[in-house]
Amino acid sequence: MNRGLFRGRGLQIYTWLVIAWLVVPIAVMILFGFNDTKGRFNTVWQGFTFKWYGRLFEIDALTQALINSLVIAVLTMVIAGALGSLIGLALGRYRFRGSGSLNLVMFAAISCAEIVMGASLLSFFVTLAVPLGFWTIVISHVMFSISFVAVTVRARVMTLDSSLEEAARDLGAGPWATFRLVTLPMIFPGVLAGSMLAFALSIDDFVITNFNAGGTVTFPLWIWGVTRVGIPPQVNVMGTIIFVVGLLIAVSNIVVSRRRRNA
Amino acid sequence: MTEIQAGTGVAETAAPGSQQVPAIELDNVVKEYTSHGEVVRAVKGVSLSIAEGEFFSLLGPSGCGKTTSMRMIAGFEDPTQGVVRLHGQDVTSVPPNKRDVNMVFQSYALFPHMSVWENVAFGLKRKNVDAAEIKRRVGEILEVVDLTGREKRRPREMSGGQQQRVALARALVNRPRALLLDEPLGALDLKLRQAMQIELKRIQRDVGITFVYVTHDQGEALTMSDRIAVMNDGLVDQLADPREIYERPATKFVAGFIGTSNLLSGVVQEVTGSTAVLALGPSDRVVISTETPVAVGDSVELTVRPEKITIATEQPAGDRSVVRGTVSEVVYLGTSNNYAVVLADGAEITVFQQNAHDSTITAERGDTVWLSWQPQHSYVLR
Repeated sequence: MNRGLFRGRGLQIYTWLVIAWLVVPIAVMILFGFNDTKGRFNTVWQGFTFKWYGRLFEIDALTQALINSLVIAVLTMVIAGALGSLIGLALGRYRFRGSGSLNLVMFAAISCAEIVMGASLLSFFVTLAVPLGFWTIVISHVMFSISFVAVTVRARVMTLDSSLEEAARDLGAGPWATFRLVTLPMIFPGVLAGSMLAFALSIDDFVITNFNAGGTVTFPLWIWGVTRVGIPPQVNVMGTIIFVVGLLIAVSNIVVSRRRRNA
Repeated sequence: MTEIQAGTGVAETAAPGSQQVPAIELDNVVKEYTSHGEVVRAVKGVSLSIAEGEFFSLLGPSGCGKTTSMRMIAGFEDPTQGVVRLHGQDVTSVPPNKRDVNMVFQSYALFPHMSVWENVAFGLKRKNVDAAEIKRRVGEILEVVDLTGREKRRPREMSGGQQQRVALARALVNRPRALLLDEPLGALDLKLRQAMQIELKRIQRDVGITFVYVTHDQGEALTMSDRIAVMNDGLVDQLADPREIYERPATKFVAGFIGTSNLLSGVVQEVTGSTAVLALGPSDRVVISTETPVAVGDSVELTVRPEKITIATEQPAGDRSVVRGTVSEVVYLGTSNNYAVVLADGAEITVFQQNAHDSTITAERGDTVWLSWQPQHSYVLR
């Protein structure tokens, strides 16, 4: 009798409601990038315009904040991608003294509340008298995104047949050549997914960054700062561009993997 | 005179073989693992030497230590004790990439991100062989395994049999001093497996490389091997050629593991020179050789192969070993009739009777029959 409820029209309406719930906020953000707003507040529709795309880099502080965020995100992606992949490889492949504790620490870092992590990182930096700024943000971002990379890569490593590496060794490849020619290409999809996750986590992080930024302003911090005086439409445009780039990467990933499956 | 000539002849043919350095030697090799705090002895002291160009099989049930022994030859496991020698050189602590042997893995372990050609060329590239030579040798070996024209395929686009041959080519192209095969036919269906058995034997004869073959399939081992080491519980029970293993199993385990065999036990009644007579039941008389010394009153276990036994409804004459029993089952198999016969002491004996004549069934269920065989077909078990 319950099945009737979720069949036919009821299910259709419910599905579209859920999709709308997910899509409407993004659509509003994109839409207000085209709003010909006159005042400081970009909340009422006043007509269509492309001008904010032309005047994208007009606000120097915002542009600098975006550049900071992108540089930090790329650094985080590279550093956390490399270190996290190695941790994931070790956890997925070997049983070693302390591997259980390391696993636990990884999951603890993922499940830890950001506010707690941000506060403790701050007290850590203050205790060690590390001046807050660009590099403390990078260190914090690497620290919290490394576990996501490790977990993603570990999942990939677990599905790997370990005899592949043995075969490479058997055919005369030393440990490094085996890693370069066999292990890395095999786990690369995991490494890529993990690194992109690190990039995504870094570029929109607010809480932890806010604790440890010192005088450095990132994209989310800048937006937070101007909330009370009105968010300029350039923010919507930048948000739209970041969203579209992300979407393109996701779509191309699907296309490539589908083509590969059909090949 | 003739005896002396024959003797020197044997000595001459045996001499080069015995003086030659063995391709592979395991010298009292032990392998222990620690699993959940408990020490597990996978290999409990195996010594064997495999001659150059030999097709050598390690045969046994799963968990007998055969794969671990092979992995110690390849270098993937370090022996806890003992020495591994390849062509007389101690390689116990040499890593696998520096040992001149190659392995064919049970799962084939083909690199999925490389084409067939790249897979096969992998080993040669690692050894910095020049490009023209790589091209020539890869082409040559792909011809041997009948995969010419499939160079650009990915492993997953190929059938199991083809993948198997790629794995074989990838190992053989390096011209290793020995090829190690870990249950390579296990994943193939029966027909393909039988075809590959013949194919493997042909390739081994063509390339003249020492093959070490790990299998749990006794038929496979008997068909292909020059010699077989039957392993049980971390030890070699018997090391001999297939005929010897089948005809003269040394232990109860070997007798039971290879083919069908009948186990009999009895007490020694009299010993006369080179033979002894066992008593099993009334009117039973089993003659054994005293190669293994026995005394009157000893309890002895022996084995007889089912095809050596003749079944009759009347007591046979002569000095054949004879036991009496009741037919409990008759199975017609086309090429043979199989009888199950229960003896007075409850032991069940299987008899294969070839369907050579029109005479179909000698005895029916419930008949009392005499089973007899030549004295030399009884083997006393250790």
